Amino acid sequence: MRKKNKINIRPRSVLIVLTILLFGVMLANYIFDFKLTSLNTVTGYVFVPVQNGLGYVGSAISDSVTRYAKMSEVYDENVRLKAQVDELNDQVNSLKLAQYDVEKLKSLLELGETYSQYNKKSATIIGKDPGNWFENFTINLGTKDGIEVGMNVISDEGLCGIVVDAGANYSKVKSIIDDLSSVSAMVLSTSDNLLVNGSLTSMDSDGTIEFTNLRDDHDNVVVGDQIVTSYISSEYLPGILVGYVSEIHRQSNNLTKAGRLTPVVDFERLKYVYVITDMKEDME
Amino acid sequence: MIRAIVTFITAAICFVLQTSFFPFLPFLSVSPNLLIILTSSIGFMRGEKDGMLTGLLCGMLIDIFYGDIPALNALFFMYIGYVNGLLFRFFYPEDIKLPMIAIAVSDIAYNLAVFFFLFLFRNRTDLVFYITHIILPELVITLLFMLVLYFVLMKGNGLLENYEKQRNRE
Repeated sequence: MRKKNKINIRPRSVLIVLTILLFGVMLANYIFDFKLTSLNTVTGYVFVPVQNGLGYVGSAISDSVTRYAKMSEVYDENVRLKAQVDELNDQVNSLKLAQYDVEKLKSLLELGETYSQYNKKSATIIGKDPGNWFENFTINLGTKDGIEVGMNVISDEGLCGIVVDAGANYSKVKSIIDDLSSVSAMVLSTSDNLLVNGSLTSMDSDGTIEFTNLRDDHDNVVVGDQIVTSYISSEYLPGILVGYVSEIHRQSNNLTKAGRLTPVVDFERLKYVYVITDMKEDME
Repeated sequence: MIRAIVTFITAAICFVLQTSFFPFLPFLSVSPNLLIILTSSIGFMRGEKDGMLTGLLCGMLIDIFYGDIPALNALFFMYIGYVNGLLFRFFYPEDIKLPMIAIAVSDIAYNLAVFFFLFLFRNRTDLVFYITHIILPELVITLLFMLVLYFVLMKGNGLLENYEKQRNRE
Protein backbone atom coordinates (compact mmCIF):
# COMPACT_ATOMS: atom_id res chain seq x y z
CA MET A 1 0.00 0.00 0.00
CA ARG A 2 1.22 3.38 -1.02
CA LYS A 3 0.53 6.30 1.22
CA LYS A 4 0.07 9.76 -0.14
CA ASN A 5 2.34 12.47 1.01
CA LYS A 6 -0.16 14.54 2.92
CA ILE A 7 0.18 16.82 5.86
CA ASN A 8 -1.76 15.15 8.61
CA ILE A 9 -3.53 17.58 10.87
CA ARG A 10 -5.27 16.12 13.89
CA PRO A 11 -9.07 16.43 13.59
CA ARG A 12 -9.25 17.71 17.13
CA SER A 13 -7.15 20.76 16.35
CA VAL A 14 -9.25 21.50 13.27
CA LEU A 15 -12.33 21.25 15.48
CA ILE A 16 -10.91 23.73 17.96
CA VAL A 17 -9.90 26.20 15.25
CA LEU A 18 -13.31 25.98 13.56
CA THR A 19 -15.10 26.38 16.88
CA ILE A 20 -13.20 29.56 17.59
CA LEU A 21 -13.92 30.79 14.07
CA LEU A 22 -17.64 30.13 14.38
CA PHE A 23 -17.79 31.86 17.75
CA GLY A 24 -16.00 34.74 16.06
CA VAL A 25 -18.72 34.93 13.41
CA MET A 26 -21.41 34.90 16.10
CA LEU A 27 -19.66 37.61 18.06
CA ALA A 28 -19.13 39.72 14.93
CA ASN A 29 -22.81 39.38 14.13
CA TYR A 30 -23.74 40.44 17.65
CA ILE A 31 -21.45 43.46 17.70
CA PHE A 32 -21.47 44.73 14.12
CA ASP A 33 -24.77 43.19 12.93
CA PHE A 34 -22.73 41.65 10.19
CA LYS A 35 -24.36 39.44 7.58
CA LEU A 36 -22.90 36.84 5.24
CA THR A 37 -24.30 38.65 2.22
CA SER A 38 -21.78 37.49 -0.38
CA LEU A 39 -22.16 33.88 0.75
CA ASN A 40 -25.92 34.35 0.61
CA THR A 41 -25.74 35.47 -2.98
CA VAL A 42 -23.60 32.59 -4.20
CA THR A 43 -25.62 29.93 -2.43
CA GLY A 44 -28.81 31.67 -3.45
CA TYR A 45 -28.02 31.21 -7.12
CA VAL A 46 -27.26 27.54 -6.57
CA PHE A 47 -30.24 26.59 -4.42
CA VAL A 48 -33.13 28.86 -5.27
CA PRO A 49 -33.83 27.50 -8.79
CA VAL A 50 -33.85 23.94 -7.42
CA GLN A 51 -36.03 24.87 -4.49
CA ASN A 52 -38.40 26.62 -6.86
CA GLY A 53 -38.80 23.52 -9.00
CA LEU A 54 -39.04 21.11 -6.11
CA GLY A 55 -41.52 23.27 -4.26
CA TYR A 56 -43.67 23.11 -7.36
CA VAL A 57 -43.44 19.30 -7.45
CA GLY A 58 -44.19 19.12 -3.73
CA SER A 59 -47.30 21.23 -3.95
CA ALA A 60 -48.45 19.39 -7.08
CA ILE A 61 -48.23 16.09 -5.18
CA SER A 62 -49.90 17.68 -2.21
CA ASP A 63 -52.76 18.96 -4.38
CA SER A 64 -53.42 15.68 -6.12
CA VAL A 65 -53.21 13.66 -2.92
CA THR A 66 -55.69 15.90 -1.16
CA ARG A 67 -57.93 15.83 -4.22
CA TYR A 68 -58.20 12.04 -4.28
CA ALA A 69 -58.44 11.74 -0.54
CA LYS A 70 -61.35 14.13 -0.48
CA MET A 71 -63.27 12.66 -3.43
CA SER A 72 -65.80 10.49 -1.56
CA GLU A 73 -66.11 13.05 1.15
CA VAL A 74 -66.92 15.66 -1.45
CA TYR A 75 -69.59 13.51 -3.07
CA ASP A 76 -71.57 13.15 0.14
CA GLU A 77 -71.09 16.77 0.80
CA ASN A 78 -72.41 17.67 -2.63
CA VAL A 79 -75.74 15.95 -2.02
CA ARG A 80 -76.10 17.64 1.30
CA LEU A 81 -75.11 21.01 -0.04
CA LYS A 82 -77.58 20.94 -2.92
CA ALA A 83 -80.40 20.79 -0.43
CA GLN A 84 -78.83 23.59 1.48
CA VAL A 85 -78.55 25.78 -1.62
CA ASP A 86 -82.31 26.02 -1.98
CA GLU A 87 -82.70 26.89 1.62
CA LEU A 88 -80.01 29.50 1.42
CA ASN A 89 -81.35 31.12 -1.69
CA ASP A 90 -84.30 32.32 0.33
CA GLN A 91 -82.04 33.73 2.96
CA VAL A 92 -79.89 35.54 0.40
CA ASN A 93 -82.73 37.73 -0.64
CA SER A 94 -83.35 38.94 2.86
CA LEU A 95 -79.64 39.40 3.43
CA LYS A 96 -79.23 41.58 0.37
CA LEU A 97 -81.13 44.22 2.22
CA ALA A 98 -78.84 43.97 5.22
CA GLN A 99 -75.82 44.11 2.92
CA TYR A 100 -76.69 47.65 1.99
CA ASP A 101 -76.41 48.71 5.62
CA VAL A 102 -73.11 46.86 6.01
CA GLU A 103 -71.56 48.66 3.04
CA LYS A 104 -72.44 51.97 4.62
CA LEU A 105 -70.92 51.00 7.97
CA LYS A 106 -67.79 49.59 6.35
CA SER A 107 -66.91 52.87 4.73
CA LEU A 108 -67.05 54.38 8.20
CA LEU A 109 -64.57 51.80 9.51
CA GLU A 110 -62.00 52.57 6.77
CA LEU A 111 -59.11 50.76 8.45
CA GLY A 112 -60.00 47.22 7.48
CA GLU A 113 -59.47 47.93 3.82
CA THR A 114 -56.45 50.21 3.87
CA TYR A 115 -53.83 47.70 2.92
CA SER A 116 -55.26 47.25 -0.53
CA GLN A 117 -53.73 50.63 -1.32
CA TYR A 118 -50.14 49.60 -0.57
CA ASN A 119 -47.81 48.62 -3.42
CA LYS A 120 -47.39 44.88 -3.44
CA LYS A 121 -45.33 42.25 -5.21
CA SER A 122 -46.54 38.68 -5.32
CA ALA A 123 -44.07 35.99 -4.28
CA THR A 124 -43.99 32.22 -3.87
CA ILE A 125 -42.75 30.41 -0.80
CA ILE A 126 -39.88 28.18 -1.90
CA GLY A 127 -38.73 26.68 1.37
CA LYS A 128 -39.52 26.36 5.04
CA ASP A 129 -37.33 26.08 8.09
CA PRO A 130 -35.61 22.66 8.13
CA GLY A 131 -36.27 22.03 11.81
CA ASN A 132 -39.57 21.90 13.60
CA TRP A 133 -38.79 24.70 16.05
CA PHE A 134 -39.08 27.84 13.97
CA GLU A 135 -41.43 29.17 11.35
CA ASN A 136 -39.11 31.06 9.04
CA PHE A 137 -39.60 30.65 5.32
CA THR A 138 -37.90 31.80 2.13
CA ILE A 139 -39.59 33.43 -0.84
CA ASN A 140 -38.46 33.64 -4.45
CA LEU A 141 -37.88 37.41 -4.58
CA GLY A 142 -34.69 39.16 -3.48
CA THR A 143 -32.84 42.45 -3.63
CA LYS A 144 -32.83 42.40 -7.43
CA ASP A 145 -36.63 42.51 -7.32
CA GLY A 146 -36.47 45.46 -4.95
CA ILE A 147 -37.06 43.53 -1.74
CA GLU A 148 -35.45 45.04 1.35
CA VAL A 149 -35.11 43.95 4.95
CA GLY A 150 -38.07 45.20 6.96
CA MET A 151 -40.75 44.89 4.30
CA ASN A 152 -44.06 43.40 5.46
CA VAL A 153 -45.32 40.16 4.00
CA ILE A 154 -49.08 39.50 3.78
CA SER A 155 -51.36 36.94 2.20
CA ASP A 156 -54.90 37.35 0.91
CA GLU A 157 -56.18 37.07 4.45
CA GLY A 158 -53.78 39.17 6.50
CA LEU A 159 -50.35 39.61 8.00
CA CYS A 160 -47.82 36.79 7.48
CA GLY A 161 -44.51 38.22 8.63
CA ILE A 162 -41.58 40.44 7.85
CA VAL A 163 -38.48 40.17 5.64
CA VAL A 164 -35.48 39.67 7.94
CA ASP A 165 -32.78 38.98 5.37
CA ALA A 166 -32.56 39.48 1.63
CA GLY A 167 -30.25 37.72 -0.80
CA ALA A 168 -30.04 38.58 -4.49
CA ASN A 169 -32.79 36.23 -5.59
CA TYR A 170 -34.44 35.06 -2.38
CA SER A 171 -35.39 36.53 0.98
CA LYS A 172 -35.90 35.14 4.41
CA VAL A 173 -39.21 35.89 6.10
CA LYS A 174 -39.96 35.56 9.80
CA SER A 175 -43.62 34.71 10.21
CA ILE A 176 -45.72 36.15 13.02
CA ILE A 177 -46.27 32.69 14.53
CA ASP A 178 -42.53 32.13 14.97
CA ASP A 179 -41.49 31.82 18.59
CA LEU A 180 -39.09 34.77 18.25
CA SER A 181 -41.55 37.07 16.52
CA SER A 182 -43.19 40.05 18.17
CA VAL A 183 -45.64 42.49 16.55
CA SER A 184 -47.01 45.72 17.92
CA ALA A 185 -50.74 45.65 17.22
CA MET A 186 -54.05 47.09 18.39
CA VAL A 187 -57.66 46.08 18.85
CA LEU A 188 -59.57 47.49 15.90
CA SER A 189 -62.74 48.42 17.79
CA THR A 190 -61.12 50.26 20.70
CA SER A 191 -57.66 51.17 19.30
CA ASP A 192 -56.00 49.80 22.43
CA ASN A 193 -52.40 48.79 21.79
CA LEU A 194 -51.05 45.37 22.57
CA LEU A 195 -48.11 43.13 21.76
CA VAL A 196 -48.54 39.96 19.69
CA ASN A 197 -45.94 37.27 20.36
CA GLY A 198 -45.55 34.13 18.31
CA SER A 199 -45.52 31.01 20.45
CA LEU A 200 -44.63 27.47 19.55
CA THR A 201 -46.46 25.97 22.52
CA SER A 202 -49.84 27.62 21.94
CA MET A 203 -49.49 27.27 18.14
CA ASP A 204 -48.91 23.56 18.53
CA SER A 205 -51.69 22.96 21.02
CA ASP A 206 -54.58 24.96 19.53
CA GLY A 207 -53.33 27.02 16.59
CA THR A 208 -53.24 30.34 18.41
CA ILE A 209 -50.55 32.88 19.28
CA GLU A 210 -50.22 34.99 22.39
CA PHE A 211 -50.76 38.64 23.09
CA THR A 212 -49.82 40.69 26.14
CA ASN A 213 -49.75 44.26 27.43
CA LEU A 214 -53.31 45.15 26.53
CA ARG A 215 -54.66 48.03 28.63
CA ASP A 216 -58.37 47.56 28.85
CA ASP A 217 -59.66 48.92 32.14
CA HIS A 218 -63.31 48.98 31.14
CA ASP A 219 -63.41 45.42 29.74
CA ASN A 220 -64.34 46.62 26.27
CA VAL A 221 -62.31 43.98 24.44
CA VAL A 222 -64.13 40.69 24.03
CA VAL A 223 -63.46 37.34 22.36
CA GLY A 224 -63.81 37.68 18.59
CA ASP A 225 -62.48 41.24 18.33
CA GLN A 226 -60.26 41.98 15.35
CA ILE A 227 -56.59 42.68 15.95
CA VAL A 228 -54.70 44.76 13.39
CA THR A 229 -51.17 46.16 13.27
CA SER A 230 -50.85 49.40 15.19
CA TYR A 231 -49.88 52.93 14.22
CA ILE A 232 -47.00 53.01 16.66
CA SER A 233 -45.16 49.96 15.33
CA SER A 234 -41.76 50.82 13.90
CA GLU A 235 -41.72 47.88 11.50
CA TYR A 236 -45.27 47.01 10.52
CA LEU A 237 -47.59 49.17 8.42
CA PRO A 238 -50.79 50.09 10.22
CA GLY A 239 -54.13 48.42 9.72
CA ILE A 240 -53.11 44.96 8.52
CA LEU A 241 -55.33 42.25 9.96
CA VAL A 242 -53.46 39.90 12.31
CA GLY A 243 -56.21 37.76 13.81
CA TYR A 244 -59.14 37.48 16.20
CA VAL A 245 -59.08 37.39 19.99
CA SER A 246 -59.86 33.86 21.16
CA GLU A 247 -59.14 34.12 24.86
CA ILE A 248 -58.49 36.99 27.22
CA HIS A 249 -57.53 37.24 30.88
CA ARG A 250 -56.01 39.71 33.30
CA GLN A 251 -52.21 39.54 33.70
CA SER A 252 -50.71 38.94 37.09
CA ASN A 253 -49.66 42.59 37.36
CA ASN A 254 -53.41 43.43 37.44
CA LEU A 255 -52.85 46.38 35.08
CA THR A 256 -52.83 44.83 31.68
CA LYS A 257 -54.47 41.91 29.97
CA ALA A 258 -53.07 39.01 28.04
CA GLY A 259 -54.55 36.17 26.06
CA ARG A 260 -54.53 34.37 22.79
CA LEU A 261 -55.54 35.20 19.26
CA THR A 262 -56.21 33.07 16.22
CA PRO A 263 -54.21 34.27 13.23
CA VAL A 264 -56.22 34.72 10.05
CA VAL A 265 -53.52 33.25 7.84
CA ASP A 266 -53.40 29.46 7.52
CA PHE A 267 -49.64 29.02 7.76
CA GLU A 268 -49.85 25.28 7.20
CA ARG A 269 -51.12 25.70 3.64
CA LEU A 270 -49.45 28.98 2.79
CA LYS A 271 -47.83 29.03 -0.65
CA TYR A 272 -48.35 32.46 -2.23
CA VAL A 273 -47.76 35.72 -0.42
CA TYR A 274 -47.45 39.43 -1.18
CA VAL A 275 -44.55 41.61 -0.14
CA ILE A 276 -45.57 45.20 0.55
CA THR A 277 -42.84 47.32 -0.98
CA ASP A 278 -43.84 50.42 1.00
CA MET A 279 -41.82 50.65 4.18
CA LYS A 280 -43.03 51.96 7.47
CA GLU A 281 -40.01 54.23 7.87
CA ASP A 282 -40.74 55.97 4.52
CA MET A 283 -44.37 56.56 5.36
CA GLU A 284 -43.97 59.86 7.13
CA MET B 1 -11.73 15.47 -4.35
CA ILE B 2 -14.50 13.43 -5.95
CA ARG B 3 -15.65 12.47 -2.46
CA ALA B 4 -15.89 16.12 -1.47
CA ILE B 5 -18.03 16.88 -4.52
CA VAL B 6 -20.30 13.89 -3.93
CA THR B 7 -20.70 14.85 -0.27
CA PHE B 8 -21.56 18.41 -1.19
CA ILE B 9 -24.18 17.30 -3.72
CA THR B 10 -25.68 14.84 -1.23
CA ALA B 11 -25.88 17.55 1.42
CA ALA B 12 -27.49 19.89 -1.09
CA ILE B 13 -30.08 17.30 -2.07
CA CYS B 14 -30.91 16.54 1.57
CA PHE B 15 -31.18 20.25 2.35
CA VAL B 16 -33.47 21.00 -0.57
CA LEU B 17 -35.68 17.99 0.19
CA GLN B 18 -35.88 18.98 3.82
CA THR B 19 -36.81 22.60 3.21
CA SER B 20 -38.69 22.66 -0.09
CA PHE B 21 -40.29 19.27 -0.44
CA PHE B 22 -41.28 17.65 2.84
CA PRO B 23 -42.82 20.74 4.45
CA PHE B 24 -45.27 21.01 1.54
CA LEU B 25 -46.53 17.43 1.80
CA PRO B 26 -49.87 17.36 3.60
CA PHE B 27 -49.37 14.00 5.31
CA LEU B 28 -46.09 14.95 7.03
CA SER B 29 -46.81 17.31 9.90
CA VAL B 30 -43.21 17.18 11.10
CA SER B 31 -40.28 17.08 8.73
CA PRO B 32 -37.51 14.50 9.08
CA ASN B 33 -34.06 15.83 9.80
CA LEU B 34 -32.16 14.44 6.81
CA LEU B 35 -29.13 16.64 7.47
CA ILE B 36 -28.67 15.01 10.87
CA ILE B 37 -28.83 11.57 9.26
CA LEU B 38 -26.24 12.62 6.70
CA THR B 39 -23.86 14.25 9.19
CA SER B 40 -24.10 11.41 11.65
CA SER B 41 -23.72 8.69 8.99
CA ILE B 42 -20.67 10.29 7.40
CA GLY B 43 -19.28 10.65 10.90
CA PHE B 44 -19.35 6.97 11.85
CA MET B 45 -18.63 5.77 8.31
CA ARG B 46 -15.62 7.99 7.72
CA GLY B 47 -14.28 9.28 11.02
CA GLU B 48 -13.98 12.56 12.89
CA LYS B 49 -12.60 14.78 10.16
CA ASP B 50 -15.13 13.97 7.46
CA GLY B 51 -18.01 13.99 9.93
CA MET B 52 -16.96 17.35 11.28
CA LEU B 53 -16.61 18.96 7.86
CA THR B 54 -19.90 17.53 6.58
CA GLY B 55 -21.59 18.82 9.72
CA LEU B 56 -20.08 22.24 9.16
CA LEU B 57 -21.39 22.29 5.60
CA CYS B 58 -24.92 21.18 6.57
CA GLY B 59 -25.07 23.63 9.47
CA MET B 60 -23.90 26.49 7.27
CA LEU B 61 -26.63 25.78 4.73
CA ILE B 62 -29.25 26.07 7.47
CA ASP B 63 -27.66 29.21 8.87
CA ILE B 64 -27.50 30.96 5.52
CA PHE B 65 -31.11 30.33 4.55
CA TYR B 66 -33.01 30.01 7.80
CA GLY B 67 -30.85 30.61 10.85
CA ASP B 68 -31.61 33.34 13.35
CA ILE B 69 -28.09 33.43 14.73
CA PRO B 70 -25.39 32.86 12.08
CA ALA B 71 -22.94 30.02 12.77
CA LEU B 72 -24.99 28.49 15.60
CA ASN B 73 -26.32 25.59 13.58
CA ALA B 74 -22.92 25.14 11.94
CA LEU B 75 -21.46 24.75 15.42
CA PHE B 76 -24.08 22.21 16.54
CA PHE B 77 -23.73 20.14 13.39
CA MET B 78 -19.95 20.26 13.45
CA TYR B 79 -19.88 18.78 16.94
CA ILE B 80 -22.47 16.16 16.02
CA GLY B 81 -20.28 15.11 13.09
CA TYR B 82 -17.17 15.02 15.25
CA VAL B 83 -18.72 13.00 18.07
CA ASN B 84 -20.21 10.52 15.61
CA GLY B 85 -16.76 10.27 14.04
CA LEU B 86 -15.47 8.90 17.33
CA LEU B 87 -17.72 5.89 16.76
CA PHE B 88 -15.85 5.08 13.54
CA ARG B 89 -13.86 2.21 15.02
CA PHE B 90 -16.97 0.52 16.46
CA PHE B 91 -18.81 0.69 13.17
CA TYR B 92 -19.56 -2.39 11.07
CA PRO B 93 -21.77 -1.91 8.00
CA GLU B 94 -23.74 -5.11 8.71
CA ASP B 95 -24.85 -3.95 12.12
CA ILE B 96 -27.70 -1.44 11.99
CA LYS B 97 -28.03 -1.03 15.75
CA LEU B 98 -25.14 1.39 16.12
CA PRO B 99 -26.23 3.70 13.26
CA MET B 100 -29.79 3.79 14.56
CA ILE B 101 -28.76 4.61 18.08
CA ALA B 102 -26.17 7.12 16.91
CA ILE B 103 -28.64 8.96 14.68
CA ALA B 104 -31.37 8.89 17.32
CA VAL B 105 -29.03 10.30 19.95
CA SER B 106 -27.72 12.92 17.50
CA ASP B 107 -31.22 14.08 16.64
CA ILE B 108 -32.23 14.33 20.28
CA ALA B 109 -28.99 16.10 21.16
CA TYR B 110 -29.44 18.64 18.36
CA ASN B 111 -33.01 19.41 19.37
CA LEU B 112 -32.10 19.68 23.04
CA ALA B 113 -29.31 22.09 22.08
CA VAL B 114 -31.79 24.21 20.11
CA PHE B 115 -34.18 24.12 23.07
CA PHE B 116 -31.46 25.05 25.49
CA PHE B 117 -29.90 27.92 23.56
CA LEU B 118 -32.88 29.39 21.72
CA PHE B 119 -35.83 28.64 24.01
CA LEU B 120 -34.68 28.19 27.58
CA PHE B 121 -32.67 31.40 27.39
CA ARG B 122 -35.87 33.28 26.57
CA ASN B 123 -37.65 31.80 29.57
CA ARG B 124 -39.64 29.24 27.57
CA THR B 125 -39.17 26.42 30.00
CA ASP B 126 -41.84 23.89 29.14
CA LEU B 127 -39.42 21.09 28.25
CA VAL B 128 -42.03 18.32 28.57
CA PHE B 129 -44.23 19.99 26.00
CA TYR B 130 -41.35 20.43 23.57
CA ILE B 131 -40.27 16.82 24.03
CA THR B 132 -43.72 15.41 23.34
CA HIS B 133 -44.66 17.84 20.55
CA ILE B 134 -41.40 18.51 18.72
CA ILE B 135 -38.55 16.24 19.68
CA LEU B 136 -40.26 12.83 19.78
CA PRO B 137 -42.30 13.22 16.57
CA GLU B 138 -39.20 14.40 14.75
CA LEU B 139 -37.21 11.48 16.16
CA VAL B 140 -39.73 8.91 14.92
CA ILE B 141 -39.96 10.33 11.41
CA THR B 142 -36.20 10.82 11.21
CA LEU B 143 -35.59 7.18 12.12
CA LEU B 144 -38.11 6.08 9.48
CA PHE B 145 -36.30 8.06 6.81
CA MET B 146 -32.98 6.89 8.15
CA LEU B 147 -33.84 3.31 7.19
CA VAL B 148 -33.91 4.39 3.55
CA LEU B 149 -31.26 7.09 3.48
CA TYR B 150 -28.72 5.11 5.49
CA PHE B 151 -28.58 2.31 2.92
CA VAL B 152 -28.23 4.78 0.06
CA LEU B 153 -25.38 6.48 1.89
CA MET B 154 -23.69 3.19 2.75
CA LYS B 155 -23.91 2.02 -0.86
CA GLY B 156 -22.52 5.34 -2.07
CA ASN B 157 -19.72 5.19 0.47
CA GLY B 158 -18.84 1.67 -0.67
CA LEU B 159 -18.68 2.73 -4.31
CA LEU B 160 -16.49 5.69 -3.44
CA GLU B 161 -14.16 3.53 -1.36
CA ASN B 162 -13.75 1.04 -4.23
CA TYR B 163 -13.05 3.87 -6.62
CA GLU B 164 -10.43 5.37 -4.31
CA LYS B 165 -8.77 1.97 -3.79
CA GLN B 166 -8.51 1.50 -7.53
CA ARG B 167 -6.98 4.90 -8.01
CA ASN B 168 -4.42 4.29 -5.29
CA ARG B 169 -3.40 1.05 -6.91
CA GLU B 170 -2.74 2.67 -10.26
